[in-house]
Amino acid sequence: MLETTWFILWGVLWAVYFMLDGFDLGLGALMPILAKNNTDRKIIYSSVGPFWDGNEVWLITAGGVTFAAFPTTYAVLFSSLYSALMLILFALIIRAIPFEFREQIDNPTWRKLWDTCLVIGSFLPALLFGVAFANIFKGIPIDANGIYQGTLFTLLNPYGLLGGVLFVLLFTVHGAIWLSIKTEGELHDRASSMAKKLWPVLLVVAVVFLVATGFSTKLYNNYLQMPLLFVIPLLAVVGLLMTRLFVGKAAFWKAWFASSLTIVSATLFGVVGLYPALLPSSLNPAYSMTIYNSASSPLTLKIMLGVALVFVPLVIGYQTWVYVFFRHKVTEEELAYH
Amino acid sequence: MDALLLSRLQFAVATYFHFLFVPITLGLSLIIAIMETIYVRSGDEDYKRMAKFWGKIFLINFAVGIVTGITLEFQFGTNWSRYSSYVGDIFGSLLAIEATTSFFLESTFIAVWAFGWNRLSPKMHCVSIWLVAIASSLSAIWILIANSWMQHPVGYAIRNGRAELTDFIAVVTQKFAVLTILHVLSAAYILAGFFVLGICAYNILRKQHTEFFIKSFRVAIVFTLIFACFEIFEGHLHGELLKHTQPTKLAAMESHWKTTSSAPMYLLSIPDPKNERNSVEIGKVPYVLSLLATHSLTGEVQGLRDFPKDERPNVWLAYFPFRIMVSLAGLFVLLTVVGWFKRNKLESSPRYLKIMQFAIPLPFIATTMGWTLTETGRQPWIVYGLMKTSESVSPIAVSQVATTLVGFIVLYSLLGLTAFYLIAKVARKGPEPIADSSK
Ligand code: HDD
Ligand code: HEM
Ligand code: HEM
Repeated sequence: MLETTWFILWGVLWAVYFMLDGFDLGLGALMPILAKNNTDRKIIYSSVGPFWDGNEVWLITAGGVTFAAFPTTYAVLFSSLYSALMLILFALIIRAIPFEFREQIDNPTWRKLWDTCLVIGSFLPALLFGVAFANIFKGIPIDANGIYQGTLFTLLNPYGLLGGVLFVLLFTVHGAIWLSIKTEGELHDRASSMAKKLWPVLLVVAVVFLVATGFSTKLYNNYLQMPLLFVIPLLAVVGLLMTRLFVGKAAFWKAWFASSLTIVSATLFGVVGLYPALLPSSLNPAYSMTIYNSASSPLTLKIMLGVALVFVPLVIGYQTWVYVFFRHKVTEEELAYH
Repeated sequence: MDALLLSRLQFAVATYFHFLFVPITLGLSLIIAIMETIYVRSGDEDYKRMAKFWGKIFLINFAVGIVTGITLEFQFGTNWSRYSSYVGDIFGSLLAIEATTSFFLESTFIAVWAFGWNRLSPKMHCVSIWLVAIASSLSAIWILIANSWMQHPVGYAIRNGRAELTDFIAVVTQKFAVLTILHVLSAAYILAGFFVLGICAYNILRKQHTEFFIKSFRVAIVFTLIFACFEIFEGHLHGELLKHTQPTKLAAMESHWKTTSSAPMYLLSIPDPKNERNSVEIGKVPYVLSLLATHSLTGEVQGLRDFPKDERPNVWLAYFPFRIMVSLAGLFVLLTVVGWFKRNKLESSPRYLKIMQFAIPLPFIATTMGWTLTETGRQPWIVYGLMKTSESVSPIAVSQVATTLVGFIVLYSLLGLTAFYLIAKVARKGPEPIADSSK
């Protein structure tokens, strides 16, 4: 029971991470297309400025909780995905630094350098997280000792890449909607029409992904055993449709929540399908990392649960306050500071 | 080169680099909070300008502190997977608690502070920097509890082929952790203090914004003096505890080979590990080692020869860093005491200011030496007495680690140089003119 509770929390943490960092990563990747001049770029930076760092801590927590609640999974997963994960980390480094460094020197080449870092550093994690999670859904070649029997390129199989494309599309749509919320005028128009343009592509890829999942993974087994669970992928689809609906009505906050719902349910769709495994082995199901063979002791799980029950609601509370507090649109005057 | 050696190097590179920025975050957030509190209480706009000016430097530093921390968090899994699954039950939970209790608070409210100058009341704005300061010190506390557990494991039992938690309170409150926390936090506050004092000295010497920097100097000198004095006292307790917790480290840092009672200390020794002795011993001070380690002139201090050769740390890397750190500690007290007496006549003390401006790197050297002693002195154990470093490395290819090690070195060097350049630029430019600071 305790293990299952942590399994759910584990999934929820990743889902919240993708929902929150998703829009700033997606927006970073879209910047070269959306921004026509330096003011546009500055507005894009400012639209996520107060949020991206707090969002990224969900990643640190998701990683930390994997370590704390399922140490063996943490060990096998992170050492197996060594190169992919390091690439993500390097990318996250170069995407974070521009926020502070870009405005320090007033020189176009300098700014160009950091803008490039932001774009690469946003696009790569979006893609690679998708590749990584699709591979987790599918299972990776780990042997009886938890040793990875593949290379970085093993991960770049068609289903993995499809997952990567799906994540990039989810995040860019999410990011374009965010920018529509935070801006007015031309930039706003460009952002909202970008969301509209990307949406049909996302829809197609999402459907292909759901179908491919049936062939490439065993995720649907859990759903067939307990059909009620189909609510989760259904919510993802509903979220996706609502996203388009609200974008069409220019109700961007609602669209953003709908798109959040899509991302959260899409992540949970995979996680629930995995249960009770956290990392299936594609060599032999017996080698999989599950909540039974990789969880921490009941004492640790209980202490952690206490901490989570007190602090996670607190975090959600003050982060929500920050989102509400900085909900205003970013305008040119607003840029005078920072 | 094997994956083990490369992983050790990589961890060393990544942590040394992280700890160039961490102490400034820890100390400067507190100094800024103090400045802003003075502003809120007195309404003196100068203190607001101060908070803004030092805040700019803080933010540059903070950005690098954060990005270098994230890679560390994940390296336990990528490079030390066997370690992670063996001790994750205890060690992992400390990292997770650190993230939930501190990192969220720190990262959320630093943004509120940076973007909230015009939107928050001065009081609320001041509260947000206090939250940042408290959260960063809290994060230091958790990670140091984790590190202390590696140095001196307590509150666990070996079950199911791994170390499992049996007593959380023991892990969190053990004396080793408490002393480490006090030692590292004070070290960070000293470092940030010298950093502020040095920048002030630089500007006062060049007669730029003299008043502003004299005022900043006065805030920082009291702060630094207190912690510099405290550190010497505390460091001694820290060393003494090693006799019980890590005898091999104590012996190595004193280059003490033969178990003796009434052990003397030498002003200078040159270790000769091959022959298990010192090739040079100069300046014998009788009884002092026994006195320091056991509080008795005749107490017995264990020597390295008592331990198998493969359980001894590298003596050079323990002995010399320790000497350097302790000598610097004395120098810090001296410099801050002098500074306190000169705090009202700084402009007429150019020689002192010159020294202070060049003293900025010294605390960085002291902290780096401290960590070298602590971490290499723990070897060959990753968890002292429980698990060897050689048993803990991930089953990964040499080429993978070699690539990322080079990546870390290149990326971090570029980042570090740029950050220091930008900080120097802001420091030289000085605060915004008065009219500007109202917005
Ligand atoms: C004594 C202090 C101390 C020490 C020894 C360490 N750190 Fe650290 N760390 C901090 C003190 C700190 C801090 C003051 O809280 C930082 C520094 C700059 C910052 O922004 O927060 C931080 C940032 C920071 C972050 C980013 C947090 C964020 O995004 O807000 C992570 C993930 C880590 N650290 C993880 C580690 C790990 C895994 C370490 C061990 C190897 C480590 N730190 C050593
Ligand atoms: C920030 C200050 C720190 C510095 C400068 C530092 C420095 C080092 C160095 C030099 C090594 C390599 C030692 C060797 O292999 O001989 C090392 C290893 C290591 N350190 Fe630290 N360390 C720091 C903090 C920490 C903390 C807070 C933790 C744990 C919470 C930690 C955990 C480790 C681990 C797991 C290794 C790898 C295994 C080993 O070599 O024993 N370090 N560190
Ligand atoms: C007389 C003064 C000092 C003494 C006796 C002293 C003693 C020690 C000892 C024994 C250790 C090793 C503890 C261990 O391995 O667990 C240590 C570590 C360390 N020292 Fe010092 N120290 C002194 C001053 C300083 C100063 C002035 C600084 C920096 C400004 C500093 C920074 C550090 C750091 C960062 C560590 C590593 C973290 C730790 O293990 O606490 N120390 N010190």
